[in-house]
Amino acid sequence: MSSTVATNTSRFAADLRDSTSPSRKLRDKLFLTGLWVATLIGVLTLFFLVLSTLLKGYTRLNLSLITNFPSPFPEDAGIQAAIFGSIWVVVTSGVVSLFIALGSAIYLEEFASQSSRFNRLISINIQTLAGVPSIVFGILGLAFVARGWLGWGFTVGTASAVLTMMVLPVMIVSAREALKAVPSSLREGSYALGATKWQAISKQVLPAAIPGIATGSILGVSRALGESAPLILLGALAYVSSNPSGLSSDYTVLPLVIMKYTQEAQDEFRAVGAAAIIVLLLLLVSLNLLAIVIRDRSRKSW
Amino acid sequence: MNSSATEKVSLQPSGLKARQQRIEVVIKFALAIIAASGVLITTGVVLALVRPTIDFFQLVGFNEFFMSTDWFPLYEPPDYGVWPLVIGTFTVMLIAVIIAVPGGLAVAFFLSEYASPKVKRFLKPLLEILAGVPTVVFGFFALNFIAPNVAKKIWVFSDVGFYSALAAGITVGLMILPMMTTLAEDAMAAVPRALVDGAYALGASKREACTGVILQAGLSGIIAAGVIAMSRAIGETTIVLLAAGNTANFSFDPGVPMQTMSSFIGFAGLGDQPTGSTGYMTIFAVGSMLFVITFGLNIFSRRIVTRFREVYE
Repeated sequence: MSSTVATNTSRFAADLRDSTSPSRKLRDKLFLTGLWVATLIGVLTLFFLVLSTLLKGYTRLNLSLITNFPSPFPEDAGIQAAIFGSIWVVVTSGVVSLFIALGSAIYLEEFASQSSRFNRLISINIQTLAGVPSIVFGILGLAFVARGWLGWGFTVGTASAVLTMMVLPVMIVSAREALKAVPSSLREGSYALGATKWQAISKQVLPAAIPGIATGSILGVSRALGESAPLILLGALAYVSSNPSGLSSDYTVLPLVIMKYTQEAQDEFRAVGAAAIIVLLLLLVSLNLLAIVIRDRSRKSW
Repeated sequence: MNSSATEKVSLQPSGLKARQQRIEVVIKFALAIIAASGVLITTGVVLALVRPTIDFFQLVGFNEFFMSTDWFPLYEPPDYGVWPLVIGTFTVMLIAVIIAVPGGLAVAFFLSEYASPKVKRFLKPLLEILAGVPTVVFGFFALNFIAPNVAKKIWVFSDVGFYSALAAGITVGLMILPMMTTLAEDAMAAVPRALVDGAYALGASKREACTGVILQAGLSGIIAAGVIAMSRAIGETTIVLLAAGNTANFSFDPGVPMQTMSSFIGFAGLGDQPTGSTGYMTIFAVGSMLFVITFGLNIFSRRIVTRFREVYE
């Protein structure tokens, strides 16, 4: 008995001695260095990404880039068709997915009982959809939308439909969060004044949730704006020299134009790609700034 | 007399109320239909994959698909051995995960235990921006910067060309790093502060609190985050399509060009395969494999969280 106590004490003493030992200090230092290196890699990635792109593309950062159409001569090649294509695809898919996401979120948060089987099934499905690689949505679009049942071909409408499906999980989740953040006292106050459920939702809950919903949908839209993989399968890599005029037009989008110019062997074409990247990044940054402004403007505490 | 008094108390005339109630039912039904559309999409994904996949295997057969090591489905005569794609996918995923998982974990440790509020205010938006950079931009970065300046320099065992699995893997890893950081941070935030403070009270250093307490107590969430990172790396298409060279090499050398399952789908899609052709069906067969693998990983990660979560308080 006394021997166990003795060994325990001596081990504790050894630990204590170790606790001031230089090797422990050294390990602490090494660990922190490792953390610094990892953090630095993250920061440097962004730094080199922007810097190397700017260095490559600054010669083509001029007005002709956004006013010209594709050309066999790199110095004349522009991305106007892609900019308009991106606007068409992103706006249409944004509107449709916002409508669906809002409907689903209202149903799931306000009407369905949290424990109902239907609600659980849909929640699991949303999680599953969020994990599906985006290229698989391209296959779905190819089989059902571009060809097969709908047969819309490689058009703005097809791209828009596929991107809608892809951003839907993100949009639904953020719309649900926005509705959840509205305190129940607002609903109960409305019921106390004689409002029905839908009146309470449409007059009180939704207006209060608008900033949250707007922030979430802007994030969804910026995902759609940067997405490339599913559109590779849907004809967006084609050589398009006019702006789309409707849902049934041929189209290309910014990410795919960037991809095409990146694959070119000629360095001057790659410069066009780099310049297009700058345009795309600027668009994305301004969308995100808009989301931040909305979030900050409407910061409300209940 | 009595009834007119109740009439006055009621806020809405009964006819209007009945109409309002009918509207409520219609709205609820309409919203339920919208919510169900999400389910339809998932079913659509599976349905879209199943039929052409069955057609493909009736034509090619399991033996050729899983036993051969040559993958030339778009050439004449075609070869349908899927192993080069599996090796390519695994190689790129492994390189990406080696970078993203320890890296993301380290950044999360740094943010949760070491960084001052000032440093955090600087780092967090940077990571958010990095997380929002489109994959095609990372693809350009892979060719323009990573391949010549990083991949070529760090791999000494073989000659790294312009296109390589290594450059693609490194870039995919860097792309996933912010997501891994966020997921690891969430897992660490779930560890009760009292546990960590207890470790500090016993004289633990920050490193010991990180590796001895936070890592242990948040392990289920951290492993789940790692599995999600794997699934993201496997599904990444554009970076690999641009940087890895689109050659289905049966090789374990990351310095050579390779093709992954997802980049093959993108590559085959470029060629505009006519409906019903074997090339077209190949897209679906590989897509099914990709879907099953990522779906399995996602389920697995959710299982880890619910099964092994330590519940405090």
